[in-house]
This record gives sequence, C-alpha cells and structure tokens, in this order.
Amino acid sequence: MSELRFEGATVWFGSRRHGHLAADHVDLVVPSGAVVGLVGESGSGKSTLARAAVGLAPLTAGRVLVGGQPVPRHGRRPVQMVFQDPFASLDPRMTVGESVAEAIPRGFPGGRASRRAEASRLGLLVGLPDGVVDSYPARLSGGQRQRVALARALAGRPEVIIADEITSALDVSTQGAVLNVVRDLQRELRLSMLFISHNLAVVRYVCDVVAVMRAGRIVECGPAEQVLAAPGHEYTRELLAAVPRPGSVLTAED
Amino acid sequence: MGTSRWGRSLRTPLGACAAALLAVMALIAILAPVLWTGTANAFDTSAILRGPSPAHWAGTNNLGQDVFYQVLVATRLTAALALAATAIGVGTGLLLGTAPLVLGRRAGRVITAVVNIAVAFPALLLALFFAVIFGVGARGALLAIGFASAPTFARLTRTLSASVAGLDYIAAARIAGVGRVRLLTRHVLPNIGETLIVNATIAAGDALLAFAGLSFLGLGVQAPSYDWGKLLYDGLNGIYVHPVAALAPGIAVILAGLAFNLFGEAMARALGVPELAGGAIVRAARAGRGTRAGRGTRRAGAGASPGSAPSTTLPSTTLPSTAPPFSPTEPDDCVLSVRDLQVSFPGGVHPVRGVSLTLRRGEAVGVVGESGSGKSLTALAIARLLEPPAAITADQVRLLGHDLLLSPGDGVERHFLGTSLGMVFQDPMTSFNPVRHVGGQLAEVATQHQGMTRRQAAARAVDRLRAVRIPSPERRYRQFPHELSGGMRQRAMIGMAVMGSPALVIADEPTTALDVTVQREVLRLLKSQQAAEDLALLFISHDITVVGQVCDRVLVMYAGRIVESLPSAALAASARHPYTRALLAAVPSMETDREQPLAVVPGRPADPADVRPGCAFAPRCAFADDQCRDADPVLTSAGDGHQVACWHPQASPVPITLVSGAATPAATADARETT
Ligand SMILES: Nc1ncnc2c1ncn2[C@@H]1O[C@H](COP(=O)(O)OP(=O)(O)OP(=O)(O)O)[C@@H](O)[C@H]1O
Ligand code: SF4
Ligand SMILES: [Mg+2]
Repeated sequence: MSELRFEGATVWFGSRRHGHLAADHVDLVVPSGAVVGLVGESGSGKSTLARAAVGLAPLTAGRVLVGGQPVPRHGRRPVQMVFQDPFASLDPRMTVGESVAEAIPRGFPGGRASRRAEASRLGLLVGLPDGVVDSYPARLSGGQRQRVALARALAGRPEVIIADEITSALDVSTQGAVLNVVRDLQRELRLSMLFISHNLAVVRYVCDVVAVMRAGRIVECGPAEQVLAAPGHEYTRELLAAVPRPGSVLTAED
Repeated sequence: MGTSRWGRSLRTPLGACAAALLAVMALIAILAPVLWTGTANAFDTSAILRGPSPAHWAGTNNLGQDVFYQVLVATRLTAALALAATAIGVGTGLLLGTAPLVLGRRAGRVITAVVNIAVAFPALLLALFFAVIFGVGARGALLAIGFASAPTFARLTRTLSASVAGLDYIAAARIAGVGRVRLLTRHVLPNIGETLIVNATIAAGDALLAFAGLSFLGLGVQAPSYDWGKLLYDGLNGIYVHPVAALAPGIAVILAGLAFNLFGEAMARALGVPELAGGAIVRAARAGRGTRAGRGTRRAGAGASPGSAPSTTLPSTTLPSTAPPFSPTEPDDCVLSVRDLQVSFPGGVHPVRGVSLTLRRGEAVGVVGESGSGKSLTALAIARLLEPPAAITADQVRLLGHDLLLSPGDGVERHFLGTSLGMVFQDPMTSFNPVRHVGGQLAEVATQHQGMTRRQAAARAVDRLRAVRIPSPERRYRQFPHELSGGMRQRAMIGMAVMGSPALVIADEPTTALDVTVQREVLRLLKSQQAAEDLALLFISHDITVVGQVCDRVLVMYAGRIVESLPSAALAASARHPYTRALLAAVPSMETDREQPLAVVPGRPADPADVRPGCAFAPRCAFADDQCRDADPVLTSAGDGHQVACWHPQASPVPITLVSGAATPAATADARETT
C-alpha cells in the first residue's frame, strides 16, 4: 500500500465562462495504511475529487500522485473505487465471479480456473456466502452488492481504495455489516483508504484522519478525534451540530 | 431468467400468432425453392393470364407460370433480402453508434453529428438516392435499404450505450483497466442487446415492405429473378383481368411485414415488464436513494427510471370545496384511520400483512423498518397510488371520515385526496416533471383542485415557496427542477404537499438522499409546517434516530406488520421488541466504541414471497423458541401507550450501550438541539 496525494487538484466543469469549480486547489494526503475520511455537504466536490483520483474526471490543474507517481489515465489504475449506488455498480449481465475476476490484473499467474479461484477467495474475504459467486447481481441484496464491489476493488491489487458513500444507500443494519467488513479488511491488509461520507458517526467509526470539504475546498483536516471533538472551523461545528442524536428532539424553530 | 423473459413474448396471443406466422414463413422459405422451383418456373403457353382455377390457385402470369407457386418460391429471396438489408442496417448502425465510445470524445462528436443529419432524411428518399448510385437491381436495392436504415440504428445504439456507459459498473471496469473494446463487448452490448434485437425485428418487417416497394417500382429485383414485389408489379399489369395474381403476393407482403412488426412489439412488451410484480416501486425507492452517485455522468442518460411512474401520479388533483362526508362515529380529531391493511401481488408475494394505525390532528407518527419491510407500500396504498397488479384489502381506510375503500376512485375522490392529503417522496427529481417550471407545478395543484384562477394559484405557489423558506421565491418559481439543489427541491416538494392545506402529509424517506445539514433543515421545515397547519404527519424512514427526533410516536415495521408501537421518548429506554432493539443498537453514534465491531441485525430480511407461520423475525432472533416458530404474536398492550408483538418482550431498561448518550434523562436533555 502506498500513499495517495492530491497536490493543488482543481476540477473545472463546463466551458470557461459558464463553468463551475468543483474542486479548488485541493491538497490532501492519505498516508500509507491510513483511512482518511472526507466529509462535507452535497455538491461540495467530494465525489469529484474521488473521480479525479481515478482519472474519471479531468484535472484542470494540479496532480494526483500514488506512491509518488502520477495516476495513469488509461489501463489499470493503482487506485480502485467503490461506488455509492449498489444497484448501478454491478453489471446485471455478469455473474458476481465474472465481475470480480475481470478486475484481476492481466499478469495474474494461471489460467481462467485460477482467476475464478481468486475471485472466490476475495468473495469469502468480504464475507459473501459460498454460492453467491455464481449468481447474478439481481439476486443479491444491497449489502451483498456492496461487498461484491469491495471484492472487485481488492481484485485490482490497488495501492489505495476510495470508498464513495458506500453505505449511504443501505439500511442501518446492513450498513453496520458492510462497515465491519471495511474495518476488518483495513486492519488485516493495511489498506490506504479515502472514505467519503456525509455521515459523521460513520466517518468517526472508520477513519483515523478527517478532512472537511466545502464548496470545493478543504476547510479543515486533522486527526479524527481532534477534528470531531474540538472542531476548528465554523462549518465543521455546523456539521457536527446537525448529526441526529438518539433521544434528541428536533424542534421547529432554528 | 433471460430465456423465460423472452419466452413470455410467446405467451401473449399476439406474440404467439406472430411467431407462428414467422415460423411458417421460415419453413416455406427453406422448402419451397427446393420442392417447387420447377413447377413455378414452368411455362404453360396454353394458359396465359388465366384466373384462379383448381390447377392454378392464384392463376397464371403472362408467360403462363403459376403465380401461387411463384409466391411460395419467392419467399426465400424476399426474406433473405429483407434480413440481409436489416443486417447491413444494424451492423452499420452498431459501428456508427458505438464508435463514439471506442474512438473517444472528439471523433465521436463528429460521427454523432453526421448520424443526426442522416436520421433527418426520409428513409425512402435515401433508398432512392442509393438506388441511383448503386444502380437498379437487387444488389443496389439491398445496399440502399440497408444503409437507409443505418442512421436510425446508429442513433438508437448511441442513446442506449450512452445511458449504459454512464453507470458505475462501467466506471469500475475502466478503473480496473478494462479496454474500450472489451468494455463494449462485455458490458455495453449485452445490456442494450435486448432492445436492439427487438428493434431489428421490427426493422426487418419494414425492410421487407421497403423491398416490395422498390421491386414494385422496378428498382429492385430484376427478371428472371422474382421476389414478392416483382410479382406484385407483374400482377398489377393484369389487375383488371384477374386481380388474384396481384393479390397473392400483396397478401404475402402484408402478412410477413405484420408478422415481423407484431413479433417485435410482443417482445418489446414482454421484455419491458418488470421482473417481479411490484418490484418497480421498491426499485424506484432504491434508485432514488442512489441517484446522487455520479450525478454528473448520469445526467446524460436522463431516462426515467421504470418505477418513477407511481410517484409522478401524486395527488395532483383537487377539489372545489365540497365538504367530505364526515362519519359521526370517528373522534373529532381523527385524521386517518387504517384497519388491517394488506397489500399483495400475484405469485403469493405479500409485503403488507395487516397494518392498523390511527393519526390524530397535529400528530406526527413515524414508521421505521428495513428496506423491503413494506413501509412505502403502506404509504402508497393509503394514498391510493398503487396500481394493479397490486391488490389492496383492508377493513377500513378512512381519511377525515371519508371511506377511501368504498369510494369509486373517480374524480370526486381524487379531488378529495388532492386537497386533504399531501405526499413528499424521497427523490423529488422523479416526482417533479423535469421539463416544467417548479412554480407552475405547484400552481397547477391550486388551479385543478381548489378552483383558483391562474393568477391566484401563482400567488399561492409563491407564498408556499416562501413558507418553505426558499430564498427569492419569485425567481425560483420560474426555474426548472434541475436548477434547484437537492435540499431546495425537497423543500419545494414540501411546499407542493401543503399547497392545498391538507390535513395529512405522508413523507416517505424525505431526507434520505440529503446530507446532515440539509436533512436537518428539511426536517425542521416539515415540523414547522406541521405545527403551523396542525397537520397529521406520517413519516417513513429507515433511520430510527431521525424518526425518534421528528415524531411523537414510532411504529416499527417488520415483514409487513407493525411489531411495536411506542412513544418516541420511550424508544431508547424501553423498546421491548428484539427487532426494535437491534435496530437501535445498529445505529452508529458519535459515542460508538471504535474498538468493537458495530452491532448488526443478523441474517437477511424476511422474504415477502415466503412468509412462514410463526413470528417472522424468528430466524434472526436470539430469543426465538418453539412457541415463536409456531404462532405469530399479535400486537398487545405493554403499558402506557406502548404495544408490542412478541412472545418474549425484553424488559431491561437500557437495551443498547451504543446510544448511551440518550439513556438517561440528563443525557437526553444534554443532547437536545440547542442551536
Ligand atoms: N459532469 C459534471 N458536469 C457538471 N457539473 C458537475 C458534473 N459532475 C458534478 N458536477 C457538479 O459538481 C459539484 C460537486 O459534485 P460532487 O458530486 O462531487 O459532490 P458531492 O460532495 O460528492 O455530493 P454528494 O454528497 O451529493 O454526493 C456539484 O454541484 C455537481 O452538480
Ligand atoms: S416472538 Fe419470539 S422470535 Fe419473534 S421477536 Fe419475539 S422473541 Fe423473537
Ligand atoms: Mg458524492
């Protein structure tokens, strides 16, 4: 595992005049083996940053480095990604095993059988039941699909994994199961991970470092304990205040 | 799965007829030239231009050849030419349509532009143009018809593949280093194949007709070969002497053309049907929950999700103020009363199994449960937004004393629902019409249901937008839904729900797609609207924390039943049903121990197609025993305003360590919103 580093990463959508700055000179480091949480409101540019890191969104300026090397725009990326929507992230026409096997690098030793075996191994690693490898995504629950997506990301032998809101489409109980898998995997494989979420409780549970993004900029970044316990930026305080707490009552007035 | 879906097209009468016709045609095409070429080509100079007779069923032509056998023999050439032309059209179309994907953006843009221009030309004109270039004859006509149909296919392929290419699994494959060609063959083509095949079948029918047309004009097949069009042309020379010689090939052309078209349409219908009865709604909810992912890229494929229909038919109907018939037996402030509501789908799928609830004026009641527990179906059934094949039964569904079960579902009832019930859905993007101004859509509620003039309605809409705290409502009134941010759209949706001063608002996961800050804003707004208008609020969510914050009372739903009903304030301290307690324990909070795994509800949610006797939660419950597996517990009182359906309700005061912040009254007061 290596470190992921954004240096002045800037993404501008649209034409020069009628455009929109989705990421504004972002400097952010995901140290090797650490989990960095990226929080912020909708449209603050979190996903854009993630897509830029894997070459799906063009950088207008700045660069994204993995282990000191720029991320290639073609071919297998050293950064693999898990997406938000479990119902759009798997090809309905491919079995789970095929989807995972496809992401295994070309140089993998052995033929088809060994790729299949590797896919099964990864399936077990993320806690999929035995038979699931041969079924089609239509038969899987949302939580199982996200596990498959995780297995596929691992199959790509990534240096870094980006998880973009991977539990926000899931129920609380399913969310718990998926987060447990993420946490176990991370500890076991020492994964470097950029974990995007707008759920602060989830970020607090999974991450070592928290970065807060607003309107395309990182406004605060630091150790999770510190940022969440003693937020330095006004916006972070706002975010924290908005977290629904069990037992609290929401009143109509502001 | 795939074969059964294709098979379904054969099970409709239309599809079966069309398929039978095609099969007969294929058989004739194969056998006729082998068996009857001699008979068909034999000259009989003694019988030139004769009418039908026992020897020559469809008469003879000007060389004395038997027209009936000629029609049979011509089937092969006709069908072969039509299929070949379709193949050329589909092949070229596929190449052009997928080129943008393979060649990259810039080359793709050029090709798309060319295709768009080509599509604008009438196909027959193109065919004539090609006929001039390639010369008169079967080959020229073949190329002409083939290439003429290519642009349409190119555009179809382009549109379909663009919408698939925007999906996350394509992005994942690209990141994994899958090449463009393999992306196309493994991911894009298989997912658009069905639609293409259906359209190709319909196009084959069109090609057959077009060929008949060209041959008939003398631009197609030339003597001594003959296809149906050529026979038609020949027959027409003697139409006044004996019309059957022209009619026979004519009928063949029409039958074959129809067979292709109808078969294609039967397939389209069969494949368009959602896989699982009722799945559409569940899928819509899920799709909605995920729409924020890759928003930019998904924009290209802005196709409506198959399940968006139910939500667009919201209570966009209203009534002139005729007072609804009040039943004297209802308590004065009872807004909604539901008894034993059941929803089922064909095939033994039974997602709602006897829900009863009552809402009083000004009361906020929450419904929580995992996805698939039947929350949304309950809401949709109450609002009468479910359509066949969903079957709804109930002992009673009364809104303001008005019996919704007995009412005929006519205009009067829709008016009544339109004014007394407002709905807020999870994904306002699918609930608003994307091509109309937001304000206009709000105003429509008032013009249609409250008999307001357009001007009054517009004023009311602006007023409502202001009431839901949308800044500069006059300007927002004229904007399209996509020009509003997610939170603003949701607020506009709430504004629309309260346009008609309803007594009840049903909000189905209104904030699931929003981030915490916006969520809190929207929830506050919902609460303030509720207080201002003394609304009854039925609030549906899978987030038990949020429900506890917003509602006075919580109904916990599992496998289509309410398994616990209790005051929100009692949630953390005295929830008694094992499922409720598991849900509470599963929510990570800001105090969750990072060293421990998160609590989860073990096992999978109950399958509404396979409901077993006994407690539905038993397979996942740590306290299950034989009694639980044999008999289904009913909802019984468990103290003050608290009901639970469980044989072994848990009594420990603090079931969960993870929500410790709320366990004691002092901590609760602490956590209360202070800002
Ligand atoms: N392809 C695109 N073209 C134009 N604008 C885009 C595109 N993709 C994203 N945007 C815009 O960029 C901004 C940032 O979007 P992004 O999806 O990265 O936000 P986010 O923080 O991930 O939001 P969420 O929490 O809702 O997922 C948004 O305003 C969005 O509308
Ligand atoms: S009835 Fe039995 S199985 Fe069902 S929730 Fe109660 S204890 Fe568990
Ligand atoms: Mg995002």
